[in-house]
Amino acid sequence: MGYLRKGDQLPRVKEVVAALSINPNTVLKAYRSLEEKRLIAARPGLGTYVQAEPETIDIQVLNSLRQRLRAGWLREAREAGLDDDGILALIMVELQDIRGSRADLPGSAEGVA
Amino acid sequence: MTVLETFGLGKRYRSGWALSDCTLAIPAGHIVALVGPNGAGKTTLLNCAVGLLRPSSGSVRVLGGLPAGSPGALERVAYVAQDAPLVGQLPTQEMITVARCLNPGFDVQNALRRLQSLEIPLRTRVAKLSGGQQAQLALTLALARHPELLILDEPIARLDPVARHDFMTQVVTAVAEDGLSVIFSSHVVSELERVADYLLLLSRGRVALAGPIDEVLAEHACLSGPADDVRSIANGFDVLDLAAGRRHARVLVRGGFASGQAPAGWESDDVGLEELILAYLRRSPLPSGAGDFTGGASSWQAS
Repeated sequence: MGYLRKGDQLPRVKEVVAALSINPNTVLKAYRSLEEKRLIAARPGLGTYVQAEPETIDIQVLNSLRQRLRAGWLREAREAGLDDDGILALIMVELQDIRGSRADLPGSAEGVA
Repeated sequence: MTVLETFGLGKRYRSGWALSDCTLAIPAGHIVALVGPNGAGKTTLLNCAVGLLRPSSGSVRVLGGLPAGSPGALERVAYVAQDAPLVGQLPTQEMITVARCLNPGFDVQNALRRLQSLEIPLRTRVAKLSGGQQAQLALTLALARHPELLILDEPIARLDPVARHDFMTQVVTAVAEDGLSVIFSSHVVSELERVADYLLLLSRGRVALAGPIDEVLAEHACLSGPADDVRSIANGFDVLDLAAGRRHARVLVRGGFASGQAPAGWESDDVGLEELILAYLRRSPLPSGAGDFTGGASSWQAS
């Protein structure tokens, strides 16, 4: 539906529904979740407006992270023979592990072997 | 408020029970997808809901307790039966006149506005319109009555993909504008996910699954793990579908749990709506050679 900045009005629910041909409740749910994050606010009778922009990471920090990723870990992964899909899969698995911090990991590794 | 409520609903034809012991309560404000194999009783249920069929047992009520087919219900429920019931010889314009005369409170301006935005010619005879335009005309006539509940029986089965998309866009837009509730039956599983938020799955005349789609999905999980351990899953869970290779098995189970709680050695994944519906459809054997599932079914088999 496009990009919006602070102060912009969001399209009305009806417009989003018509443009994407999706269930109105889905749109309402998305708006509600943005409202809870205080990124948008409804002004009764007027519409819904962007209230704040998502917190962005300092561009220099971002660049530094990217530099180190490219020069360090990604290069090692390439040298070890991982292709793009392998690298992505490894990162996804690691993120899932951190999120779930699964207790049964040693057991399951044995099971598969 | 419930838009459709049945209690012990049954319908018997000469060939046997098309619906039996159907108990359900669907709250207002949803777009309900009614799915099930051919012969599961979808059309029978819808015909009971609008009062075209008299139940053999049990009761059907609509819109907060009105008996199906009662004058109060007829005013507030709109129904588009299979194959868009229109008079082919009449020009579109005359079809609107017919609908106006038959339906008190019919909003002619609303119908004309809708047809104009769809670029459907008013002087063309209905039979000369495309399949998509005929479906849109039938929908337009139903919506111009400003119903609180719109019931559609297989509205998009015969339409091409673009016409399907445009038809469903009209439906969701009407819901966003007027806040009506919709129940539609369909075999087009791929179209459901975007549009529906409530699932009603019939199997052999009974309710196999009913609820808001996100809740229904959360009640199921897809487990994958070692094939020789599959029995332990079968003993502990309600298994809906099982695909086992030599080493690895994938099991669709009922009984939701977060990924941390899967049995040791097994991984739990979320289930997609299409996968879930197909698993239920496969479980219920089809009566006598029925089965014209479109789209989804064949792509599932190919994978």
